[in-house]
Formats: sequence, C-alpha cells, structure tokens
Amino acid sequence: MSTNNDYYIPHQATWPVVGVVGLVTLFAGFANYLNGSSIGIGFMIVGLLIFIVMLAGWFTLQANESETGMYSKSVGISYRMGMMWFIFSEIMFFAVFFGTLWYTRNLSVPWLADEVTGTTLWPSFEAVWPTNGPGEVGGEFEPMGAFGLPFINTLLLLSSGVTCTWAHHGLLAKKRDQLIKGLIATVSLGFLFVILQAIEYHEAYTEMGLTLGSGIYGSTFFMLTGFHGLHVCIGAIILTVVLFRSWKGHFTPENHFAFEGAAWYWHFVDVVWLGLFVFVYLI
Amino acid sequence: MSAVAVENEHTHDAHGAEKGFLRWIVTTNHKDIGTMYLVFALIMFFVGGTMALIIRAELFEPGMQFVDPQFFNSMTTMHALVMVFGAVMPGFVGFANWMIPMMIGAPDMALPRMNNMSFWMLVAGMLLMASTLFMEGGAPAAGWTFYPPLVLQTGNALPFAVFAVHLLGISSIMGAINIIATILNMRAPKMTMMKMPLFVWTWLITGFLLIAIMPVFAGAVTMLLTDRFFDTSFFDAAGGGDPVLYQHIFWFFGHPEVYVMILPTFGIASTIIPVFARKPLFGYSSMVYATIAIAFLSFIVWAHHMFTVGMPIAGELFFMYTTMLIAIPTGVKVFNWTATMWKGSMTFETPMLFSIAFVVLFTMGGFTGVMMSLAPLDFQYHDTYFIVAHFHYTLVPASVFILMAGGYFWLPKWTGNMYDEKLATLHFWLSAISVNILFFPQHFLGLAGMPRRIPDYAVQFADWNMVSSIGAFIFGFSQLIFVYVVIKTIRGKNCEKATDEVWEDAHKHGLEWTLSSPVPYHTFATPPEKIPTEHL
Repeated sequence: MSTNNDYYIPHQATWPVVGVVGLVTLFAGFANYLNGSSIGIGFMIVGLLIFIVMLAGWFTLQANESETGMYSKSVGISYRMGMMWFIFSEIMFFAVFFGTLWYTRNLSVPWLADEVTGTTLWPSFEAVWPTNGPGEVGGEFEPMGAFGLPFINTLLLLSSGVTCTWAHHGLLAKKRDQLIKGLIATVSLGFLFVILQAIEYHEAYTEMGLTLGSGIYGSTFFMLTGFHGLHVCIGAIILTVVLFRSWKGHFTPENHFAFEGAAWYWHFVDVVWLGLFVFVYLI
Repeated sequence: MSAVAVENEHTHDAHGAEKGFLRWIVTTNHKDIGTMYLVFALIMFFVGGTMALIIRAELFEPGMQFVDPQFFNSMTTMHALVMVFGAVMPGFVGFANWMIPMMIGAPDMALPRMNNMSFWMLVAGMLLMASTLFMEGGAPAAGWTFYPPLVLQTGNALPFAVFAVHLLGISSIMGAINIIATILNMRAPKMTMMKMPLFVWTWLITGFLLIAIMPVFAGAVTMLLTDRFFDTSFFDAAGGGDPVLYQHIFWFFGHPEVYVMILPTFGIASTIIPVFARKPLFGYSSMVYATIAIAFLSFIVWAHHMFTVGMPIAGELFFMYTTMLIAIPTGVKVFNWTATMWKGSMTFETPMLFSIAFVVLFTMGGFTGVMMSLAPLDFQYHDTYFIVAHFHYTLVPASVFILMAGGYFWLPKWTGNMYDEKLATLHFWLSAISVNILFFPQHFLGLAGMPRRIPDYAVQFADWNMVSSIGAFIFGFSQLIFVYVVIKTIRGKNCEKATDEVWEDAHKHGLEWTLSSPVPYHTFATPPEKIPTEHL
C-alpha cells in the first residue's frame, strides 16, 4: 500500500494528447479510406507516424524515469495492476470472437439446416463445419488443416514461452548474458511465427480459395488468427524494446516492470494461440 | 478542524496549478481532470438534451412537423449515444476523479498520465461520433444498439461511428484501470476495504464491469465493420452467420453497461443520505455485497432484451428467472436507504431532496423492470414506449438526479462557496415534477401499443404524447437553472463561504470533509491518520 510521499506523481504530460491526436487521425483517415475517399490513406499514414512518435517518446520518458529511480515499489504495483487489467480486457476482446465461433458452429449453423428453417428455405443445405453457409458465399474453399504450418507455429510459440521464462530467470539471477540470449530467442521465434503465418495466409488466398469472404468459416478463421497475429507482432515489438533496454543495461532483479509486463503479454498471446489451435484448427 | 489541511499545506511540494489554457491540456492532476470530465459531461447533457427536445417536439402532435423520419431516427440514436457515453458515464468518471483520491486518502490517481489520456480520448471519440451528423447519409439511425442488418445500411457515417466506439472504449478501459489501481493500491494505510465509502466500492465494481464489457462492444462493432467493408458473414445467414448473434454480443455488453451507469449512482446516494439523515448508513456490508451481486447478475441476464427475437424456451426461462433475481439485491439497497432515513434527524438540502427523489423514482423504474422480466408479458411491452418509460425512469430521475445531487453536495467543498439554496430547491422541484410529467404518461402510451422510434403515430396516442412533450420542455429548460447555479457558485460573487465541513458533522462521514474548503490543489501528500467511520 502506498505511503504517499514516495509515490511519483508527474505534474504535466504532453505525450497523452499527442497519442490521442495520432489515433484519431489514424481512425478518421481509415474511415475516409473505407468510404472511398482518396485522402484517407494520407491521413492514416500521418496518424500512424504521430502515434509511433508518441509511443517512442512516452516509453523513453518512462524508461529514463525508471532508471533514475523515480519509481517506488508502490508505483510498480500500480503499473503491474494496470498491465493485468489491460490483459483482462484483451481476454474479453478475444472471448467475443471465440464466442462467435462457438455460437455459429454449435447453434446458428445447425438452426439453418433444421426442420423448420432449413427445409423451408434451404432444403439442400447441410449443417457441417467448415461451411460458407447456405448461400455458399465466396465459392469453394479448402479448410486449413492443423498439422502443417499451424502445428509448427504452435511449437514455435510454446518454445518462445520457455525462452522468455529462461530470460526472466537470468534477469533475476543477475545473469545479463542469459537475459539477452533468452530475449533474442523469444523475439526471433515470435517474428518467425509471424512470417510462417503470412505464408499460411498466402497459401489460403492463392491456393485454397480460403479468404475473409469464405462465409462464416473464413470470417471466424481470419478474424481470430488475424487479431492474434496482430497481437504477436505487438508483443514481439514490445519484447524487442525490452531486449534493447537489456542491452543498455537497464533492469535490476527488483525493478523490471517493463520486462514483466512484456512477458505477461507474451504468455497471454501464447495461451490465446493454444485456444486457436484447438478450436480453430484441430476440431 | 483543519489539522490535516494545515499539515498538507506544509508538506506538499508547493506546486500549485499552472496558469493559462495549456494547463488543461497537459494536466495530470485528478482534480483538474475531474473538472474537465464534469464540464464535458454537462455540455454533452445539453447536446443530448437538445436532441431529446427535437424528438419530443416532433412527437408533440400526430403527423410530420419538423424533421424527416431518417433524421428523427438519427436523433433517437445519437441522443442515446451522447447521453450514455458523453454525459452519464463521463459525469461519474468526473466524480470518481475528484472524489476517490480524497475519499481514500491518496495524493492523486494511480496512473496520472493515463488519466489525462482517457479524458482526451473521450473528447476525440465524441467528436468523431458527432461528426457523423454532417455526413452523407446522415448520422447512424438504427438505434444506439446498432443492430444489423439495418445498421449496415448507414451511409458514410458507419466507419466513423465504429471507430468512435473504439476510442470511447479505449477511454473507458483506461479510466477503469486507473480507478481500480487507485482503489486497490493507493488507499491510506488505515483505510481498509470494508471502511471505504460506498462510492469507492461501487466504482471498484463498475471499473471491473467496464474492463469486462467495453472490449466486447469493440469486438461487436468491429464485426459490423468487416461485414460491411471486408466481405465477412458474421451477421449474414447466407454465409452461415446470424444477425441474432450480434444482439447476443451487444447485450452481453449492453446490460452490464446500464449497471455501469447505475452503480456509481447507488454509491453517491449511499454517501449523501447518511449525512442528511445524521445517521450511519444502514447495512454497510450488505450494500457492498448487494453491489457485487448486482454486478455478477448483470452478466447472466442479457437476453431479456431479446425475449421476442426467437430463442429456445430454455433460454427464455433462464433469462427470465435470472432477471427476476436482480430485484433481490436492488431491494436490499432500497430498504437500506429507507432504513438509513428512518428516525434520522433529517434536513432537506438540495442534495438530499434529489437523493430522496432518486430512491422513490428509481424504485418505480425498478418495478416496471420486474414487469418486463416476465417473458410472456414482455412480448407485449417489447419495443413500445413502456420500455422507454422504464429505462428513462432508471436513468433520468436516478443517474441524472444523483449527478445533480453530487454536484450540489460537493461543489461547496471544491469551490469554497455555498451554492444558492433557493434556486437549487427551485431546480429540484421543477425537475422532479416535470420528469414525471415527461415520462409517466409514456407508460400508458406503451401499454396502449405505441412503438418506440417512430416520428408519427396513430391519433389515439395524441393526448399523452402532448403531455409528455410539455414535461420534456419544462424539464429541459429547468436544467439551465443548474448551469446558472454552478457558474455562480464557481465565481463566488455574493455567495456564502462554505465551512470546511460544509454539511453539519460531515467530517464524521468522509475524509474529503476533513480538508479545507476550497480543497488545496494537492491533498493527502501524507496519508491521513484518522479514518471517519460514520458511513459504516
């Protein structure tokens, strides 16, 4: 619990507003782009650049403050709570898409072929998964198998979880070498995962006829794996920053919230993937 | 009495508020940010209120008077979005920012920079939402629930509305994380969980609800976006999806969302009533457990919003019974407030007047809720003005009244000036009477079969619609008194000075009353030694 005097309270902050401006420019640009306006892309790029500058500036500031010892243990607890609840919000975000997959597979697709709706509207439709619906939206496609790239990706992510924990042990035991090697391994495995997933998507689109438009199977497949892939990218970038900070000699066994937050995030991404592997690919 | 305040003067780092406009943009001070939230909420209250008056003007008599049906539907949609995301939620976040650190003896919020970001993200989100009013095809007009396939017919506004929801969601999540971290990590050592004022408790639970549901809404609108622009089939039966799925996801968010607006209401009412009843709150711990029970139940009742959509009978029954269960913890609260007032030596200053009106009128909204929880009866009530009357009773004379009550209650503490009690009492009576003229007849209209969200109606509904519209205009213009009183109190000319405890013996009820009036820019640089326990 806080003893107030040692709780660092910044008096002014400019980065938050910069971030808001960046994000709103990005979103407004994207919306314009979707409406077919030619200026949309320009706004998106500008917004994204502002947002990236904000991230770099804000995190540099935080890192410097942390390294100069401005954060008490109590501040660290606040940051950890913040990260935990943020990850909880992410869990709820993924829960929506897992829930969608469950609902369509187990409820709405069977209803479309039941004796009331199905026989009246679509007598020839059979409720099997995978499906692109009674309208065969998006044409013929081949579903994505589990034992190919997805299985390799599972192994990659699981081992990256191990290397991440190994790096953490190195940090706690003051073995800087082990910390850096562990992080390099984790980051490399993470980016390798992203590359393999890109190859998988390329195959799906060019050879299997499987696209975002392939009915409910394509929709749920790409939405779940896509948002997961985005989170792997984010996690890997965060870990890269942590890697550079480790190189610069940041972090002590007592004070390393950035590492811990990144590691939690990485394990979260890992667990989501296990859910994906089972529910999207395997069964 | 200002031992604590004097001590604070000496120990804080003598850093006062910056001067100039920039101060408000870069501030990390919880009091500044609380003020900005409250001012923003008040502005949005009038923006949303203007939309409501456009609706009521059109409905004043049968036939088409002022607006075309598309714009009318935009108004019902935007009125709800502005009031929910722009007025009521930010209003309570404003109180949370101002009061939670002062109530638990903390120097500020746990994550001050993020606090700044959540406010400006809210402004950005509402600006994006408001910009849709001026777009080709008009603002979203499918209702604040954004049901597909109707909402997918929105013009250029759709992606802007979706991204506005994303920004508002990010803002709410950041705000909620900050509040939870503050409550769990920043309490003064002697402020144990079961000594916290109920406003703090209710916000802790509300914060949890927000973090759990805002990502769900974000996911739902993201699927609308991809259905419209990226060929997905989430809500399209031809591709194997289901529009009803959207309703399930939306209400999984939507039902806890209405509790996000009511739980802090309960908290402020539970803070005000004991002070003016001059008694401890009756049943403190049962209040805490009832809040937790309501929050838990809010996650398993969502499909009572969709009884008529077509669900298996087991689903209808499950959601009917869970919904009826909510009456139990809510009843506990109502009885506790009543028991708190029982044999108290009550006085009726404006905050108390609003609070008593809240207890009575919210209970009425609760009763109509029990009526609608019965699935077979809901088939008649669904999508009629009865629903409109029900939720407006739980939002206007409840959430909005308590926001006003909180304003009157704490404004003297914030500004050091007493508000004009005469004008405030006038504001109360005008509001309390007109709100009933406005919404009570809508029960009759709904039971007689008048559907919601229609710009024109059959002549048999004419009388009560006219009465309702008259009430709406009186209510709307009465709120200008509030603005006048607030501005007058802030400026402080010809105002009585407020004492440090403001209300008789208030310092026994909460830490904020042990500080000087007006409160210094920084408070509780050192944690308070004594914790008031009269609220327990």
